[in-house]
Amino acid sequence: MTDKQMTGSEILVKVLQDLGVDVVFGYPGGAVLPIYDALSQQNSLRHILVRQEGAAVHAAEGYARSTGKVGVVLVTSGPGATNCVTGLADAWMDSVPVVCLTGQVPTHLIGNDAFQEADTVGITRPCTKHNYLVKEVGDLARVVREAFLVAASGRPGPVVVDLPKDVVTATAAYTRPSAPMQHPSYSPRLKGDPERISEAVDLLAGARRPLIYAGGGVINSGPAASQLLTNLVNMTGIPTTLTLMGLGALPASNRNFIGMVGMHGSLEANMCMHDCDVMLCVGARFDDRVTGRTDAFSPESRKIHIDIDASSINKNIHADVPIVGDCGYVLEHFIKLWKSRQARCDGDALDKWWTQIDAWRQRKSFSYKRSDTVIKPQQALEVLNQRTSGRDDVYFTTEVGQHQMWAAQFLHFEKPNHWMTSGGLGTMGYGLPAALGVQIAHPDALVIDVAGEASILMNMQEMSTLAQYRLPVKAFILNNRWMGMVRQWQEFFFGGRYSESYMDSLPDFVKLAEAYGAVGLRATTPDELEDVVDEMISTPRTVIADIVVDPDENVYPMIPAGAAHNQVTMSPDEEVVLDQAHREEGMVLV
Amino acid sequence: MSVAEKKTVSTRKATIAVLVDNEPGVLARVVGLFSGRGYNIDSLTVNEVDESAGLSRITIVTSGSEMVIAQIMAQLQRIVPVHRVCDFVMQGLHVERELALVKVASTGDKRVEALRIADIFRARVVDSTIGSFVFEITGSLEKISAFVDLMRPLGLVDVSRTGVAAISRGPEPI
Repeated sequence: MTDKQMTGSEILVKVLQDLGVDVVFGYPGGAVLPIYDALSQQNSLRHILVRQEGAAVHAAEGYARSTGKVGVVLVTSGPGATNCVTGLADAWMDSVPVVCLTGQVPTHLIGNDAFQEADTVGITRPCTKHNYLVKEVGDLARVVREAFLVAASGRPGPVVVDLPKDVVTATAAYTRPSAPMQHPSYSPRLKGDPERISEAVDLLAGARRPLIYAGGGVINSGPAASQLLTNLVNMTGIPTTLTLMGLGALPASNRNFIGMVGMHGSLEANMCMHDCDVMLCVGARFDDRVTGRTDAFSPESRKIHIDIDASSINKNIHADVPIVGDCGYVLEHFIKLWKSRQARCDGDALDKWWTQIDAWRQRKSFSYKRSDTVIKPQQALEVLNQRTSGRDDVYFTTEVGQHQMWAAQFLHFEKPNHWMTSGGLGTMGYGLPAALGVQIAHPDALVIDVAGEASILMNMQEMSTLAQYRLPVKAFILNNRWMGMVRQWQEFFFGGRYSESYMDSLPDFVKLAEAYGAVGLRATTPDELEDVVDEMISTPRTVIADIVVDPDENVYPMIPAGAAHNQVTMSPDEEVVLDQAHREEGMVLV
Repeated sequence: MSVAEKKTVSTRKATIAVLVDNEPGVLARVVGLFSGRGYNIDSLTVNEVDESAGLSRITIVTSGSEMVIAQIMAQLQRIVPVHRVCDFVMQGLHVERELALVKVASTGDKRVEALRIADIFRARVVDSTIGSFVFEITGSLEKISAFVDLMRPLGLVDVSRTGVAAISRGPEPI
């Protein structure tokens, strides 16, 4: 192929096409006008115009997490880039592969406090996996390719490429490389140490009360890893819990699935975490929402920890058998070894363990009291789950708060990549733009944002984007007129002093939907609920369903911050088990 | 086992060498990691060590529990332009040196005493006026601190220290 002189903008578009990118979420501005001009000269790369740059990153996250591909963002310099910071931090915490292309003022103006100048590389350094400032047009193609390699491989994450305006207008030769990219210092380890894996097989086989605890790393590894996890669970009969990020890695209908773990996880999952004697952690990171008090965390277990990121191991919890590697590779090796050794856990001990787990299950920790007059949020999600189960093409996103936890408890995922939620950063406003990105990737699928009325208002402007591209996203708002999770914590830890958590002057969501050319529906009583859910699902347009729910409902069970796994508060009828010391600790902890 | 008691965690010093691409911002990545995650930096030295390969070497003296130091190592390894990370304490025998320039302004007995102590410490005079000396001293962190402390009552006015440079003993690189 002969070298052809092209502008930086043309090179950028060409590299993106060569990398197989089909969609870019973005917003134009002064510094990126040359790139937008190049975009207008071609047809294979589709641009989705969001209404605020932060939403572009969440949309790219939704796209990435529902496809396994890299999500791409294009924004201008200064405020365009700074608006992306929350989304980048979100993608960083949840290991989502995103490449964010930011405009920058021309190189000779950098450092001069030029119009719409910000130190994008400096600002985004701590919330990205890596970032680049391209100073020469000759480096542009290599850097963009490298950015995709870094974003997608190893533990995925967001990468920023900052593009000064003079670099994208300068010209250079462009040749498509024939070989895949090699990086001199960056090479994530995929295969685990065979000796460690062998040790892990022996340890798990010798367990009397084993537990598998799997997380988002399994999903990031690809669908094959989820299948391998399911095979391992079926083969061994070991009870298995998933983290918020891991839902879908094992089908919810699997009889060995004991529900989500953590602060609002099932009683049986948390009790198993506490009482197990061997814990196999696959692609999860012992987050504080999972462990509760670390000094009382699973005190009697020996722990095997599989993670592609060595810094996740021994960060919060000591691992007896650390295995650095990709979940898929390690699980494959583990299963092979398990089979060849004809390993199995002690059957009698496992039966006894399951008897205990079934007793915990009998407590039905997600149960709630129904009402004839007011819709319970859990009930709304039960109906939603029932009306969407059995369908392959349903994707859920959430905002952040009580509704998110209820969604995690009551929606059942049979497959990976169908559940998009902001776990690590806890970003209110994530769900609607993420749903936008999912719908772009899966135009014919049913995409539902389970929302709270407070969260969704943080990115409500994206209704306009949904309208422009006729994306039939459903916003299912559990409207309790409160920042529910804030109110719940104020009730538990701050003496019921509800400081600034009431959502006053809310819009009429039905009229709001109509203002954006969408369909607005509302359910205020339990007998309206099913019809509204059915109508929402069957309407082939953008819908906001305003589900007016009980404002006083709390999320149970709950392990209050500062408590151990066996100190679960099950329901409002049960006294909060905290003593004064823990109550004070809870006020301080997040 | 009930709730574990609060354990007193023992900490140790670590001297860490980080081999990085010599590119803009790489020092900020390393230093930002320490400040962002709340690790200590007791000493920091950085310079290019291989011009043809474009490599710089950062030497950091830090302290923490074994778990924290292992975290620091793993977090450093995660930075994309980082080629190699080495904890000298774990690696075995090594040599650590620091250089300092120490300015002392005094006259009479104090000036004579400063010169005498400098001789004991094998510090060299690199600048002299009627009323002052600038000493150059090389050695371990502790030796330099001891020298600076002794100069304090003898008219110490300024100190510039390079931070620790470290290298392993024997024929192998890190």
